[in-house]
Amino acid sequence: MSDLTKLTIAQARDGLKTRDFTSLELTEANIRAAEAATELNIYITETYDLALQQAKLADDRLADGSAADLTGIPLAIKDLFCTKGIKTTAGSHMLDEFIPTYESTVTANLFRDGAILLGKTNMDEFAMGSSNETSFFGPVINPWRVEKEGKNLVPGGSSGGSAAAVAARTALGAIGTDTGGSIRQPGSLTGTVGLKPSYGRCSRWGVIAFASSLDHPGPITRTVRDAAIMLSSMASYDEKDSTSVERKVPDYEAELTGDLKGMTIGVPREYRLEGMADEIEKLWSAGADWLRDAGATIKDISLPHTKYALPAYYIVAPAEASSNLARYDGVRYGLREMPQGGDLDAMYEATRAAGFGAETRRRLIIGTYVLSAGYYDAYYLKAQRVRQRIAEDFNSAFKDVDAILTPTAPNAAFPIGDKMDDPIAMYLNDIFTVPADMAGIPAISVPAGLDNQGLPLGLQIMGPAFEEGVVLKVAYALEKAAAFDAVPKEWWKA
Amino acid sequence: MNEANRSGIIQGATGEWEMVIGLEVHAQVKSNAKLFSGAATEFGGEPNNHVSLVDAAMPGMLPVINRECVRQAVRTGLAIGAKINKFSIFDRKNYFYADLPQGYQISQFKQPVVGEGCLTIELKDGSTKEIGIERLHLEQDAGKSLHDQHPDLTYVDLNRSGVALMEIVSMPDMRTPEEAGAYVRKLRTILRYIGSCDGNMEEGSMRADVNVSVRRAGAELGTRCEIKNVNSIRFIMQAIRYEAQRQVDILEDGGTIEQQTRLYDPGKGETRAMRSKEEAHDYRYFPDPDLLPLEFDDDFINEARESLPELPDVRKARLEETLGLNAYNASLLVAEKENADYYEALLSAFEGLTGKPATELATTAANWVTGDFFGLLNKAGKSVSESPVGPEAGAGLLALVADGTISGRTAKDVFEIMFETGKAADVIVDEQGLKQVSDQGELEAIIARIIADNPGQVEQYKGGKDKLFGFFVGQVMKATGGKANPKLVNELLRGTLDK
Repeated sequence: MSDLTKLTIAQARDGLKTRDFTSLELTEANIRAAEAATELNIYITETYDLALQQAKLADDRLADGSAADLTGIPLAIKDLFCTKGIKTTAGSHMLDEFIPTYESTVTANLFRDGAILLGKTNMDEFAMGSSNETSFFGPVINPWRVEKEGKNLVPGGSSGGSAAAVAARTALGAIGTDTGGSIRQPGSLTGTVGLKPSYGRCSRWGVIAFASSLDHPGPITRTVRDAAIMLSSMASYDEKDSTSVERKVPDYEAELTGDLKGMTIGVPREYRLEGMADEIEKLWSAGADWLRDAGATIKDISLPHTKYALPAYYIVAPAEASSNLARYDGVRYGLREMPQGGDLDAMYEATRAAGFGAETRRRLIIGTYVLSAGYYDAYYLKAQRVRQRIAEDFNSAFKDVDAILTPTAPNAAFPIGDKMDDPIAMYLNDIFTVPADMAGIPAISVPAGLDNQGLPLGLQIMGPAFEEGVVLKVAYALEKAAAFDAVPKEWWKA
Repeated sequence: MNEANRSGIIQGATGEWEMVIGLEVHAQVKSNAKLFSGAATEFGGEPNNHVSLVDAAMPGMLPVINRECVRQAVRTGLAIGAKINKFSIFDRKNYFYADLPQGYQISQFKQPVVGEGCLTIELKDGSTKEIGIERLHLEQDAGKSLHDQHPDLTYVDLNRSGVALMEIVSMPDMRTPEEAGAYVRKLRTILRYIGSCDGNMEEGSMRADVNVSVRRAGAELGTRCEIKNVNSIRFIMQAIRYEAQRQVDILEDGGTIEQQTRLYDPGKGETRAMRSKEEAHDYRYFPDPDLLPLEFDDDFINEARESLPELPDVRKARLEETLGLNAYNASLLVAEKENADYYEALLSAFEGLTGKPATELATTAANWVTGDFFGLLNKAGKSVSESPVGPEAGAGLLALVADGTISGRTAKDVFEIMFETGKAADVIVDEQGLKQVSDQGELEAIIARIIADNPGQVEQYKGGKDKLFGFFVGQVMKATGGKANPKLVNELLRGTLDK
């Protein structure tokens, strides 16, 4: 038997169905891999006992013929998804002992289909970060490193633990959330596929909110096909989420033909940044060539408001966060700090000062500021107008092109600690990913090559709202042409 | 200027001051469930028994609008003749408090579901006045902080958390406490008529924030103070009187009014400062990103309109115009829907029993309902729906008076027995032998005997002492145990004595 941890979800699915191996064997192999990789700090909570129980049940389903695509597939779940009876922390001291009594819709969908839960993955606190360094539980370490330097690199964020789990071959797939790039940027930095679906495609119910109008649950996998399989299970209309959209979930896997004949792919000039690394420029051009080879027409396009996306995002997201995180007040659940003889305000201050880390506090203060009387129009309202313009940019572009190709991130993985003192440098990580969040359109990062230090780089495909099929189709062609087969050296096993 | 209006003028040393009053009424929407969660809304129950995950603001929970609450808001808007906005937005009003689990209240700020409308109030002297309504919006109620359960701790009950409220904001159109009282009463009547709120002020289903300022007649509006959460009409009126006088005293002393939020203390009968403008919250309103804009079509509005009952103003006009009731009786009857329903059911039964047209019976029936009936209910502390005497039974009693079986006087006694025992009027009359003596021969014999027994009185009467007529009536009543038909007794006595 080959190493079961190296399989894609599609391969594992087929192997389970033909009884080449059992879910229990597959799950045990991944648990062993995860136990050998504790140095990477991937999980906040491991659920191995539960995983083994679930694997046995999955084997029953596989035997009785009631199995779905994900039956028996071990997954890692970002610790932002509430899981019934299992600690869910959002990477924060505020919730480090919080055990939900309810199951998020997305994880309920996965478990309905028989997926196995290996554990809850580490993440930036409340999904606020691009390096997984803001976690109360310490940073996740990227399985990739520059061999001769041997420094620990960040896996990207905020879904850093989920991306690292998939990259380190300790889980077959994972789920994350993407608010400004939190699935795609770690995908790019860890050589994995990260898919952010359209806003409303996957329910937000039971996902701890960061910025309600921007939070998108989505999968992180090793292949585009695996992303298609995962999305088919995760996506659903949910009456409990008013922003969920009632639309049929298509058969995404059927879109993966590799043939782009008749399609037009746009390359937006505004994504060409001053001072961006040559190798990213080159990879981007290579990507366009690959898509052309697959039958697509490549077209230069303009998305004129792109440069305003990041500043507008850093108004809208903190504004919503400042309100969404007001519920962590020490009154009903989570951390409570009650200074001796203090009143209610003293409890709020002490609880929130102790419970939130520096980056979260920074964003709550920014968010509170931009919503304040006298500043609302100048900041929040203006940012919402910018957001509208960005959406219009995409709408008019998609009249001419079927999808858009850009780099995913302006840089590869960087050493832990490098950008923690410079929030602006950190925020720039999301410069290419934020626009799709602001517009709510589907976007995917596909590993496309290595930089000259041997670190993975991703390319991004964006498509029109609810056209995940188009995005996956183009991504699949890109993936085939890129033939990215590099894997991190398993230095943590040494 | 009429009497009621005059009471809104405060005579100061430097001249007259006029009160300006506006009200924000919070009315709990009568519905099966809370505004954004499926939790029950019933009053009372153990603390924290009607709390869903959404109401407790657990991580990852999302609000979903309750369509019934929207329907009730639209019905209310239609009942106050207001503009219905087919597109409105829910905003978050952000502030920290222990009984506000989300850290924000979902409300409507810039685009409410209902726009401008108008309410006609009636004053004691029978005059009417139009009070403008600025808007009606939907919002969540907060929970309740209990400060008296523990020496050091505050307890929180979230049963009310998330319950749907309609905030109905008036224009500053009221000039006297009486107008403010009449406005709240009228609003309450309408809400109860259409069933969008039970109007129960003791249970907190309806409460008001009262805005009061004073000015020289016709001058610019003065600085206002807002008195929060006043929960009875009496207290609203008392609070306005106190607050207006407080402001006049300050102004007369050369001071200025500070814009404040104040509380009314019913025990002391005074208002006191809660917070000043400088301490006012910055609520950081913004559209709730968890909710889509609230949109509905004309069909939704039309269905809401068709579901409305006859409204009190229309009903009052109908009672006056088609049944000939006076304004006083009509107002009393329409003040509560169940009162008017009782009256109309009684009148209809009364018609059936007597075969006479409603117009002929309407006033008799109205006088009885607003008189004897309401009187006994009040005494017993019961509402119309709790009355042991239903409208058909009431009509049965009135029919016995109408056909002369019993006198009006006897009817009062019979009604009391009906009220106590629940028996029908004719049964009581039979059992107790209360049937009126209307037999002319029998009465003539009695009258003849009385005249024979009292020759002195007869002589005095005939000598011009007219008042003695009452003496003879009394004697006949005494002899018949009060059952003689008074009309017939009068006729027969006059026939005998005035011969």
